[in-house]
Amino acid sequence: MEEELMAKKRPIISTGGRGGAADGKRRSLPMPARYVINALLVFVVLAVGELMVDGGAITRYQTSVLQQVGVYIIMAVSLNIATGYLGQLPLGHAGFMSVGAYGCAIFIMRLSEALGIGARDIVAGGPMVALLVFAGVVFGGICAAVAGVIIGIPALRLKGDYLAIITLAFAEIIRVVMLNIDDVLGFELTRGAAGLTGIPSYSNFLNVFLAVAIVCFLVHTMMKSRHGRSILAIRDNEIAAEATGVNTTYYKTLAFVVSAFFAGVAGGLYAGCVGVLQPANFGFMQSIEILVMVVLGGMGSMLGSVLSATVLTILPEALRAFSDYRMIAYAVVLILVMIFRPQGLLGSYDFSLSRVIERVMNRDFPWKKDKGADSGASVEEVSADGR
Amino acid sequence: MALLSVCDLHVSYGAIKAVRGISFDIDEGEIVTLIGANGAGKSTTLNTVAGLIKPESGSVEFDGESVVGVPAHKVVGRGMALCPEGRRVFTQMTVAENLEMGGYTRSDAENRETLERVYAHFPRLKERRGQVAGTLSGGEQQMLAMGRALMSRPRLLMLDEPSMGLAPILVQEIFEIVKQLNESGTTILLVEQNANMALSVADRAYVLEIGQVKKSGTGAELLVDDDVRKAYLGG
Repeated sequence: MEEELMAKKRPIISTGGRGGAADGKRRSLPMPARYVINALLVFVVLAVGELMVDGGAITRYQTSVLQQVGVYIIMAVSLNIATGYLGQLPLGHAGFMSVGAYGCAIFIMRLSEALGIGARDIVAGGPMVALLVFAGVVFGGICAAVAGVIIGIPALRLKGDYLAIITLAFAEIIRVVMLNIDDVLGFELTRGAAGLTGIPSYSNFLNVFLAVAIVCFLVHTMMKSRHGRSILAIRDNEIAAEATGVNTTYYKTLAFVVSAFFAGVAGGLYAGCVGVLQPANFGFMQSIEILVMVVLGGMGSMLGSVLSATVLTILPEALRAFSDYRMIAYAVVLILVMIFRPQGLLGSYDFSLSRVIERVMNRDFPWKKDKGADSGASVEEVSADGR
Repeated sequence: MALLSVCDLHVSYGAIKAVRGISFDIDEGEIVTLIGANGAGKSTTLNTVAGLIKPESGSVEFDGESVVGVPAHKVVGRGMALCPEGRRVFTQMTVAENLEMGGYTRSDAENRETLERVYAHFPRLKERRGQVAGTLSGGEQQMLAMGRALMSRPRLLMLDEPSMGLAPILVQEIFEIVKQLNESGTTILLVEQNANMALSVADRAYVLEIGQVKKSGTGAELLVDDDVRKAYLGG
């Protein structure tokens, strides 16, 4: 999951020496072993977390903060697809989040009513509820993805500042639609400014954690595949990508829509955490806060997104008394990071547990200075690491 | 039959006509060059053939089939590869990854084989395969861009200003490689401002001026042509 991540093949990896192995061959983990290790890690963290939540070691308040952290991790990781990997600058991510949130909440409310599942049953859980929540969250994601297609196709004809402005405008349109759709068209969907209340609290530590793990895994897998490479090529040079045979329109739209889909998933979980949805929650500042997470963590680094989403969600909670100054702190931190570390805290570095294990297997530690570093050595590693 | 034949091509950028009725053709195995000053329409012609720009009118036939309106990413599969102006390597990928991207339309097995051939033409790239492309020198980036284009195993390789911004010795090296590639069977369409160099390697050449073909002939003929000498070769 978050720890496993995008081993994007950068010099960090490729020149990462070959110190210990005497026979000159690097011992490496086979792919299944990597999956098993990472799955085990996810499971251990999940089990410990569940025990602590159930045992009362973590208070309800802390659990709800943890859920928010999970939601924002998904938001940051999904925005990172469009900014870090595709290299665009959309400013309307909260718009997709709101579409997902409303879509999922309404879906679950209506369906649970129809199936006769009460709010208490939902909190209690069970296979039926799990299925309902899963369907709802995916439905939220699909709603957001549809919005992503509608916005993406015109928006992606533009670049840079223009794309930023048009996505910003679309997010505002979504917000205003959510606010007024009931009044204007006579629906009873979003309940406008009064807010959609009485959403059963279907999000809990378990399902948010699983969603985070699954989203990180899916994004990681996608970015390591041929599709991911196409997206990265577009970021590096769109014309060259087109000239080598990448269907740039398709992949730009794909990246944008996948990004929107996961934002919708996060929105769906968010609705289950907070219980009340108001269009005002998904304004411009929300989009900016998510962008700040991505930029701060390092565009193109999944671990960076995960860490900064965690810190920036917990920090205001921990400093409740100073929460009025949060925006000032954001601005100051951003300015400082942009001056001293324009590539973000982690740049494009990503952590990989398997890589660490491989280093230990090869007795190849950073403090061991590696003398015979030759650039040729890195290639087997690149391809072995690759697919 | 010509491998590529372009007939009465017109291309505009909005109200500005960049190409006004250019016709030329290339036979299999030739090196053909388009020379001319800035704004003559050389790169526009090349980009149009590659599918990056849609022409206003005119025909482009590759191997007997029209490629007008075929998007650039599909043109590659037909056997044409463009090495764009200004190199445009994937700066954050390694040399090896750049080359892999070049073989995007091919299978992994084919790419492994082609990669060895590309490394044979460009030993420097093999030495630097693990290096991030953005940190290569200009000459190496040009080689990488050419190698990347070759990875799709094109029948026609289109080179846009390969000498741009390179030291004279590197220009010579690049042109040596162009000749080698041609000898190993790749047809080459070369766009150049460095007319001297281009004419000395080309079998045939077309001189472009404000979007039209002003003159054409063999490289050797044009190299001694008075008008061409005055306009492009410094007397």
